[in-house]
Amino acid sequence: MTVTEDRPAAEIGQARRRKEDQRLITGRTKWTDNLTLPGMLHLAMVRSPVAHGTITSIDVEEAKASPGVIAVITGRDIADEQGSLPCAWPITEDQLAPPHPSIAVDTVNFAGEIVACIVARTAAQAKDAVELVDVEYDDLPVVLDMAAAAEGGDLTHPDLGTNVSATWVFDSAEAGTGTNVEDAIQAGEIIIERTYRQQRLIPAFMEPRSIVVDPTGEQTTMWSATQIPHILKLMLALTCGISESKLRVIAPDVGGGFGGKLQVTPEEVITLVVSRRLGRPCKYTETRSESILAAHHGRDQIQHLTLSANRDGTVTGLKVELLADMGAYLGLVTPGVPILGAFMYNSIYKFPAYRFVCKNIFTNKAWTDAYRGAGRPEATFAIERIMDELAAEVGVDPMEIRERNWIKPEEFPFSTVAGMEYDTGNYEAATDKAKQLFGYDELRAEQQRRRESGDPVQLGIGVSTFTEMCGLAPSRVLGALSYAAGGWEHATVRMLPSGKVEVLTGTSPHGQGHETAWSQIVADRLGVPFDDVEVLHGDTQIAARGLDSYGSRSLVVGGMAVVAAADKVIEKAKPIAAHLLEADVDDLEFEAGKFGVRGTDASIGIGELAFAVFSAHNMPEGVEPSLDAEATYDPVNFSFPHGTHLCAVEVDTETGEAKIRDYTCVDDVGKVINPLIVEGQVHGGLVQGIAQALFEEALYDDSGTLVTGSFVDYLVPSAADMPHFTTDRTESPSTTNALGVKGVGEAGTIASTPAVVNAIVDALRHLGINDIEMPCTPHRVWSAIQSRSSGEETPAQSQNVADSGLPSHNVTVSEGPADGGDGADPNVGRADSTSTGSETNGGAA
Amino acid sequence: MTQISINVDGVNYSDDVEPRTLLVHYLREQVGKTGTVIGCDTSNCGSCTVHLDGQSVKSCSVFAVQADGHEVTTIEGLAVDGQLHPMQQAFHENHALQCGYCTPGMIMQSIDLLNENPSPSEEEVRDGLEGNLCRCTGYQNIVKAVLSQAEGARTPSEAQGAQS
Repeated sequence: MTVTEDRPAAEIGQARRRKEDQRLITGRTKWTDNLTLPGMLHLAMVRSPVAHGTITSIDVEEAKASPGVIAVITGRDIADEQGSLPCAWPITEDQLAPPHPSIAVDTVNFAGEIVACIVARTAAQAKDAVELVDVEYDDLPVVLDMAAAAEGGDLTHPDLGTNVSATWVFDSAEAGTGTNVEDAIQAGEIIIERTYRQQRLIPAFMEPRSIVVDPTGEQTTMWSATQIPHILKLMLALTCGISESKLRVIAPDVGGGFGGKLQVTPEEVITLVVSRRLGRPCKYTETRSESILAAHHGRDQIQHLTLSANRDGTVTGLKVELLADMGAYLGLVTPGVPILGAFMYNSIYKFPAYRFVCKNIFTNKAWTDAYRGAGRPEATFAIERIMDELAAEVGVDPMEIRERNWIKPEEFPFSTVAGMEYDTGNYEAATDKAKQLFGYDELRAEQQRRRESGDPVQLGIGVSTFTEMCGLAPSRVLGALSYAAGGWEHATVRMLPSGKVEVLTGTSPHGQGHETAWSQIVADRLGVPFDDVEVLHGDTQIAARGLDSYGSRSLVVGGMAVVAAADKVIEKAKPIAAHLLEADVDDLEFEAGKFGVRGTDASIGIGELAFAVFSAHNMPEGVEPSLDAEATYDPVNFSFPHGTHLCAVEVDTETGEAKIRDYTCVDDVGKVINPLIVEGQVHGGLVQGIAQALFEEALYDDSGTLVTGSFVDYLVPSAADMPHFTTDRTESPSTTNALGVKGVGEAGTIASTPAVVNAIVDALRHLGINDIEMPCTPHRVWSAIQSRSSGEETPAQSQNVADSGLPSHNVTVSEGPADGGDGADPNVGRADSTSTGSETNGGAA
Repeated sequence: MTQISINVDGVNYSDDVEPRTLLVHYLREQVGKTGTVIGCDTSNCGSCTVHLDGQSVKSCSVFAVQADGHEVTTIEGLAVDGQLHPMQQAFHENHALQCGYCTPGMIMQSIDLLNENPSPSEEEVRDGLEGNLCRCTGYQNIVKAVLSQAEGARTPSEAQGAQS
């Protein structure tokens, strides 16, 4: 490509500093909570302290008389207007779901549910009056344990008659993507059964959710700290019975989301309904404590795995029995989160038989929904943990067991046992690079030395070779999975008279840097300077069509829509350029922003052409005077980033403290548009994944009260808790999109959790320990070591590392025939077992 | 109501405030300094960090009346005549922000950190930023940005000989 004065040869691949930064580093930001409108009122929510109960009375009189209070609204007051909050993903035809009013009317189903809304002139007056609302409840039995709830007993929603919302099955034999898993287990020379617990997590975006609604005029405008302005607009219209064209949703600067702002929230509906009812602009901004309490949570699954393998470590089958805690309600995509994991348990491995059974369970806790990775971190954790167990069983290095099972570079494209078609990848290349950067062999040698010397600080090395499915999603696939919407994305490219370019994207960034990356793409495509491209987003009136940002989809789907729209601009410009150059269209070539006539010096720049079209003085016959184009892009496949993550952890066997010494990862996210942004996404993802392994857990007490209710107790890591990361890349471009991109938003989070836990277990395996439940706190690690060294148990018998009322991990190793394939539901009380037909001691390899 | 006089970003303000008004609420709601933001309600996150007489404070932990007669500098007062403060520039150059919500507090704390210790080690930078939470960046580029502004600047990657 020709280099012009204005622009480097290729913007794609440049470490451009971000356009977004200027306003963010100077404080000239438009966070929703910064907005003030004339006459604006402030909302505060009265929330239930009771996890499950019938509302017997609400006395609002004292609150109404409080200074500045304009109104106090209960669920009954707006019962006819508030509708039921939407769930867009009924995973089965017979899925059960309770009605979900934004303000509870008759019953409350988790502690933190809204029971009344105060409207006052100032935020402080509204908060003062919250304390004055007197709500009486009749307690109902509180359902908290998903495993017990799955079996029956007390009901979260008595009207449903069961705690099971849906059961979803994928079976490779039934789907025609593989063989029967029970046969594989029957024939397996090695059978490993494990139960893993994905603790409940809190997305903890830094900007608390905030909403402003302006009902004045013909159209109602909502500003919301959301990831999904377009979906939100549609869902609000459907939920509240308002015409879509009467609603405008704006996501201004949004401070992080991580799936936590992929929701249609009670607070949004309430602010909309109250504002329209009172005819006054209203604002609601949650406190951090409210956010932790009542914004949706993530993960919370119990995974029971049965893996069969040959004695040489070749995996022959995997059965996954999953319990997923929905919490009290089904949010926008709550039921689909575990299903997104269903296609990833086979990961990079090519075993022939697979079965996945998921039961979605209601409990009286905050509802769960998407959190960074959504389903895929859970799957990746489980398979990467159990592959380490298999390595221990076979007696080889964890890396060796992966190499024996992974898809070889020459085997792509590869159809997986879960029905996915992986287009490209090179697990060997990423692993070789990672091992070299990490100093894998040297660290193994050091580990050996420390074991032999009985060093109280043991070294563990954790491996995670992951893949994920990104780029949600081909609409036909979403249709097959019963998702209510498609997975396309939309873009508009406008050529302005000055030659500048305006790009409207349906993606809705909240930290990802789309303004920068989309500018790079368009600069290359149209041959214009990077600084001449302006990217507009997050306003349903400006970028009217879109499906927003989540699931590492923005670049893979939204970026491709931008490419398609830019290409249409070029196509529209061609006949006009030919006309002005008095040449034949077929003789034109477009390069570096100019249309030239082959074999001559005659040319016209696209900016020049834009002005000529604007003036429209000399257009070819029958051609409209506009270069603007829009495109809707529907991906043909998911994309499959992968990588090898290596973690070295030092575990102090005397205190139980696990400290990350080195973390090295080599990610393959396909073609890179901006390496700076990619690296930043990996760093941030790593910390969220490491935080699950070591620190974070949302805990409820026996009465259903969230005890990790603030940043004092919910341990979001600080800079001081984190190591320096070594990151690098390999590049296997995707073959299913023209940019060759794969997505990077979730990679670090998906890969890092098992890398860390594998490292901790690896440090302690010689003590007979083969699992530590997450988060691997010093107490849990120390307790596991103590239970081993006490002499009460031996590695080959049983282990119990549970505390905090969480399910126990009983691990037994037995010899003799496999005890698999009974089809039983996942059950945390059940013993995990490793069975072999040989004399191998599976617990202490 | 209590009357207070505070110099914010070089301008003197005299206002009536409720005694319970936090400095951060005063700055955002009465002075209009919305660049300073609120991220929590337990003084853990540091998003609201400003300088009070040149030293960093979490403005959610100071009553407006306590700032009476003092000078406050917010993120909006750092740039002089359109010229970014070197720490603002360093955050931009090092991609030390993503969503940018923690950034004002993080920059104010970073400046204070180097005022206290002009040539910190990587560990000292990490410890010095412990009271400021970021959920996007994984901190690595923030640490890099701060170290780039230290005396005899060196980046953590140079220090460790690792690729970052």
